[in-house]
Amino acid sequence: MSANQDGTNLLEVRGLTKIFGTLTACDHIDLDIAKGEIHALLGENGAGKSTLVKMLFGSLEPNSGEIFWNGQAVRISSPGAAKKLGIGMVFQHFSLFEALTAAENIALSLDDGSPISSIAAKARALSYSYGLPLDPESLVGDLSVGERQRIEIIRCLLQTPQLIILDEPTSVLTPQEADKLFETLERLRSEGKSILYISHRLEEVKRICDRATVLRHGKVVGHCNPREETASSLARMMVGNEVQAVVRAPVEGIDKAQPLLEIRNLTRKPATPFSIPLKGISLNVRAGEVIGIAGVAGNGQGEFFESVSGEVLQQDAASVRIRGKDAGGLTITGRRLLGAAFVPEERLGHGAAPRMKLSENLLLSRHATDGKAFVGAGGMVKSAAIYTAAQRIIVAMDVRKSAPDPEAAALSGGNLQKFIVGRELDRRPSVMVVNQPTWGVDAGAAAHIRQALIELSRSGSAVLVISQDLDELFEISDAIAVMHNGELSKPLPIAEATFEKVGLLMGGAEPGHAEHTLETA
Amino acid sequence: MMRLELVKRPQRSGLFSALSPFIAFALTIVAGAIMFALLGVNPLTAFRIYFIEPVSQVWQLHELAIKAAPLILIAVGLSVCYKANIWNIGAEGQFILGGIVGSIIPVLFPQFESPLVLPLMLLLGMVGGAAYAAIPALLKTRFGTNEILTSLMLVYVAQLFLDWLVRGPWRDPQGHGFPQTIQFNDSAVLPELMPDAGRANWGFVFALVAAVLVWILMSRMLKGFEVRVLGSSPRAGRFAGFGLNRMVFFAFLLSGALAGLAGISEVSGAIGQLQPVISPGYGFTAIIVAFLGRLNPLGIVAAGLVLALTYLGGEAVQSALGISDKVARVFQGMLLFFVLGCDTLIHYRIRLIGLTLTKPESAAKLEAAPKLKEAR
Repeated sequence: MSANQDGTNLLEVRGLTKIFGTLTACDHIDLDIAKGEIHALLGENGAGKSTLVKMLFGSLEPNSGEIFWNGQAVRISSPGAAKKLGIGMVFQHFSLFEALTAAENIALSLDDGSPISSIAAKARALSYSYGLPLDPESLVGDLSVGERQRIEIIRCLLQTPQLIILDEPTSVLTPQEADKLFETLERLRSEGKSILYISHRLEEVKRICDRATVLRHGKVVGHCNPREETASSLARMMVGNEVQAVVRAPVEGIDKAQPLLEIRNLTRKPATPFSIPLKGISLNVRAGEVIGIAGVAGNGQGEFFESVSGEVLQQDAASVRIRGKDAGGLTITGRRLLGAAFVPEERLGHGAAPRMKLSENLLLSRHATDGKAFVGAGGMVKSAAIYTAAQRIIVAMDVRKSAPDPEAAALSGGNLQKFIVGRELDRRPSVMVVNQPTWGVDAGAAAHIRQALIELSRSGSAVLVISQDLDELFEISDAIAVMHNGELSKPLPIAEATFEKVGLLMGGAEPGHAEHTLETA
Repeated sequence: MMRLELVKRPQRSGLFSALSPFIAFALTIVAGAIMFALLGVNPLTAFRIYFIEPVSQVWQLHELAIKAAPLILIAVGLSVCYKANIWNIGAEGQFILGGIVGSIIPVLFPQFESPLVLPLMLLLGMVGGAAYAAIPALLKTRFGTNEILTSLMLVYVAQLFLDWLVRGPWRDPQGHGFPQTIQFNDSAVLPELMPDAGRANWGFVFALVAAVLVWILMSRMLKGFEVRVLGSSPRAGRFAGFGLNRMVFFAFLLSGALAGLAGISEVSGAIGQLQPVISPGYGFTAIIVAFLGRLNPLGIVAAGLVLALTYLGGEAVQSALGISDKVARVFQGMLLFFVLGCDTLIHYRIRLIGLTLTKPESAAKLEAAPKLKEAR
């Protein structure tokens, strides 16, 4: 197959298949990982990356196929067995207890009864030797996302694995933190360890990976050397066709336009010991523009969204103004009636009720704004009207589904997100606030959603997008502000914004560092 | 070796949603047969006496309706609570308070005879039940208490309050010291539907009307949608702008009012006066009725009739076979147990997996706890 460095591959996978009901999540996957290489696993959401990795880490059992470790056939029946072989994993979503210290969290996973103090000493030594400084005594709840990831990496390294699996490790890091991580990975490679690097960020795969295996719809569509590919050729392999580029038409006279969403000195005390307080946030979003809010996850974006949407009310009614009216004391329904629309980060369970049909989920956010159209006399729901409206959205947003009106949970993440965004766009809202519009959405659907948001703004609405995906924000925003530790920087006009400037702000550089030509009087 | 694996279905199964109560009923019959056999009774004889004989004559069907009416009324209200993920376990207490408050007029003003008396009594009964249900609702919304505990504990308060009333201030002075109130006058008695055929009263009609109305509320109205959203995904409910606290009150007041209506209907129809005990546990049995009826008001009508039969059957086997009528409780318990178990099949299907390739010493253990796996 592909080049071996010393004759044997560390890991060989042959014909690995996993079937869930009617869905073949992994279909005869072949994969080789040589000793001392960084191997990328590329693919869109739903391509089967997670399923494959779960089988390698023993948390899922394959239906058929074989795994060879150092040339020996093995059966990995549990994560414990995987660790024993020498496979370590750093998950995308951390499994850490916030109320415990870093060392205590590590001790929990080691499960060998050694005293915490010796674990802490080992962890400290290891973390400094790999350039990932970590204080084992610190409480996880007090740590940034990047620092939490270090705990996960250190606890993985403490088990001296031969193969380290990293699932979307940079999705929660600032560009600068990601650079640090890459140095560590290169260091590990030089020590002869192998790394399976899962990502959909093509630039970083090109930068650090030696080989790549691309998955699409559960099948391997190719092995390649990412350094010899271009980002667009890799994207083509992942998606299967060209992704349409998002077009951002220039806006004129934006300075004179009316601010439709005004946030003035928005402050919020932390609701729980581990949530972020909001500190004096001010921002205007005018008709015709898209403002992006960048930031590492967990810096107050969720709290900010809840406050703006009205899921949490403000003491000061003037701290949130929609179309010139004080809305801080209004509920989410009241704010919707003023013309605002909201798309939360979490699709299932927040933006949509999983076990309800799409047509019912349409009613979820529009029962009040479209009260006359959807709700009849005496509070009777007009089911024919909501069905028709749901079908209209399904067509407009190209939502792919298996039944005419399926339950929300039956849709793939991307298609459900298209429906949820489309549900709000269908109202032509004058203010649209979206949190993570394309999180976990495949490239084609993401482009569709981004284009739709730009077009909404160009038709005269104010659009506010909160996102962790910098590429996305640079693609659609007219100005980018950065949220860090509950504070919001001044918006940086897109012409002046660079990854470096935004990255510094994300890491907590002084907000005054940025230019603010878009500042309002 | 074989093992069982539960595999999550991509969609909830409509087939098993409908079949689950029937499978549960069949399993109950099997377990019941074993129980009767262990008691030394021929199961076939016992089942005939338990399930067939109590409903073989018209007057017996009327008895069935009398028992079913409170069960259906209460369960219909509880179904709204449970759909909203609010756990009112205290319907028995709300039933009793409905009976007490509804009896204020016939007990304290026995001379007041008018066609207005009965409607007023029913109204007061509903107010009493709703007011009593408002206590756990208030405690939950104001102080965050667990409504399961508070509503349940208030049952015992209600029982003891009734007991004190009929032994103390409300005791019939001419009652030879028996702990009961005076007999209600005629205008305070819920009329029988067909006096020539049997004793069934208007309570059964109330139950059917309530079931249909609540069915419309839950399946056709925005309020019912609100109940379902808040019950299944509270965060999505908050995003929709629905208030959880308002929902707690709505569900408790509605179910309390229906339990109160059941209470006063029972007192004024089947009993005709207040006694220390006015319910053979209807408020608790109605919980089983609600789940057996799939929390669907129309299903609850059928489930109410089935559970009413377990009461009648319990009395029948006691008199015919000398078995304790606690058998009825056992049947009710088994039915709830099996119906909750069978509900797993709505969201999961069972797959048998043969582990022929694995080494015997490592995998010989049959996995009792099935692995739950996401479909994606």
